[in-house]
Amino acid sequence: MSQVKIAAGMGAGEMVVSKVRKGFGVGPLRKEVLCDCSFTLERGRLTVLVGPSGCGKTTLVNALAGYETPDQGTVTIDGKPVHGPGPDRLVVFQETALFPWMTTFENVSYGPRVQRATSDDEISRQTMKLLEVVGLEDFKDKYPAQLSGGMQRRAELVRAMINQPKVMFMDEPFRGLDAMTRSLMQEYYVRLFEEHRGTNLFVTSELEEAIFLADRLVLLTNRPARVKRIIEVCLERPRQFHMLTSRAYLDCKREALELLHEEAMKSFAAGAVNAADFLEACSKMGQDQAQPRTTSCGQDR
Amino acid sequence: MTTNVDALPQAAEAKAPNSWTIALFNLRLWLKSSTPYLNLLGLAGFVLLWYLLTEYFKVPYFEKLPGPVASFREWVSEDPAYGISLYTPDYYQHIGTSVMRVLKAFVLATLLGVPLGLFMGWKKIFRDYTFPLLETLRPIPMLAWVPLSILMWPGREASIVFLTFLGSFFATVLNTLLGVESIDEVYFRAAHSLGAKPRHVFFKIILPGSLPFVFTGLQISMGFAWFSLVAGEMLAGEYGLGYLIWNSFILVQYPVIIIAMVTLGVIGWLSSALIRLVGDRLMQWKVREACR
Repeated sequence: MSQVKIAAGMGAGEMVVSKVRKGFGVGPLRKEVLCDCSFTLERGRLTVLVGPSGCGKTTLVNALAGYETPDQGTVTIDGKPVHGPGPDRLVVFQETALFPWMTTFENVSYGPRVQRATSDDEISRQTMKLLEVVGLEDFKDKYPAQLSGGMQRRAELVRAMINQPKVMFMDEPFRGLDAMTRSLMQEYYVRLFEEHRGTNLFVTSELEEAIFLADRLVLLTNRPARVKRIIEVCLERPRQFHMLTSRAYLDCKREALELLHEEAMKSFAAGAVNAADFLEACSKMGQDQAQPRTTSCGQDR
Repeated sequence: MTTNVDALPQAAEAKAPNSWTIALFNLRLWLKSSTPYLNLLGLAGFVLLWYLLTEYFKVPYFEKLPGPVASFREWVSEDPAYGISLYTPDYYQHIGTSVMRVLKAFVLATLLGVPLGLFMGWKKIFRDYTFPLLETLRPIPMLAWVPLSILMWPGREASIVFLTFLGSFFATVLNTLLGVESIDEVYFRAAHSLGAKPRHVFFKIILPGSLPFVFTGLQISMGFAWFSLVAGEMLAGEYGLGYLIWNSFILVQYPVIIIAMVTLGVIGWLSSALIRLVGDRLMQWKVREACR
């Protein structure tokens, strides 16, 4: 019997987003959400999309995943344009999207089962292997509601990984977890990524999380979202938490904060109604950091 | 998995208490709580009030009503004054007829209503065609259908079952439809992403996702079924509890009315409980969610 063996994990595709524009509503109600967004998700790298909350990050992910068609511009994966959702681009959602009526095992094996990629034995073998990777093998017959928040996220991670997507999107996946679980999950996720080196897009509104995970940061402006700057993060891998105090990390954070601050000032100058919201969002992202203006003195940028 | 079980025998034992043990444990817990005693007290209080009003004080307006003692005596009498008691085959024939009618109508309504509701929720175009029709037909009271159903069907049996069916059907369709609409969009997105084809979406997302609403709907529809049945039987029955009630009224056999009413109440309650039981059986995920 010839079996297609699915090596579970992450695949490395390349996605190019060019000049994507998207708005909602018609006539006087129309609101532009994305405006000329262009960037590349490089093969085998972890790109983090960071921007203030409500700036259109989820819309961008939806356009990349194929749930929404951009009004203008193109999204391609390995050179082919994206039409609709598919198992080569999987999203781990903000809120948990595990099917509540299926057990952990059924949830994780759902993709291969409906795609009929391989035999049932092979599917359950792969599923169990991945469940062991994330330490959920004893919870395979539990329903999602019986799992803790962190377990749910892990189950969701492997539900995507078992399909070996070319690109994985993580849309603020750790939002709503408590601080402890959250940092555990960040470490967990970064390990998984470092083992597999697939193409990943991670979306977050927290700068600290973004820099800790990222190879590259794509910084978005306030709505309508444009790409403000792409920052290469020069922290070595594997990532450790002590790097959060390193020089390179702080430099990176400073640069990002400066850009965000500049953006906020621009909104003020233009008299934008949501400038105050934006400042608030920025200050949340900065958290413990001192005012960007004072730290910017003496920087070469 | 198997290696884990071998390594931890005591964990395996603790993990698998059989369902009887759990049921027995839950029963004991329930008996220790105040719930069953308060339930009984509430029922007893009502019967006492009824007794005092009708038989003891004979309050005006209430004195004409049959009291609980007289009705109970009649119910357990081996030689009932009005021909209906636990010992008469007639009693069981009335019950059997009514139960059969409700069962036929309810099964038919479920077999037609649930798929229709699911389909309406699934395909927008089908829903656009049918929804206004459903919403216009649904509020028409069952009694308004009586003339048409008598005209339409040859015997009284068919028209009674038809009336019962109608009452049940609309509630089932509407609740199933609401059930499909209650499913979060994110599950459809996840399923599409994971490569699900339309039939997978229907059987693995729409069907299980709407079950909680479907079973709520079935309980309501069972209530409607009994309601419509009695209305139908009062008008056109030859047997059945509704007929019994009306006939006893005409023949001035008042205690029989109470016997039939209480019987209806108990059977109605049992039928709802049965639906809940089946629902819990089919929705383990919901049950375990609740008692996690």
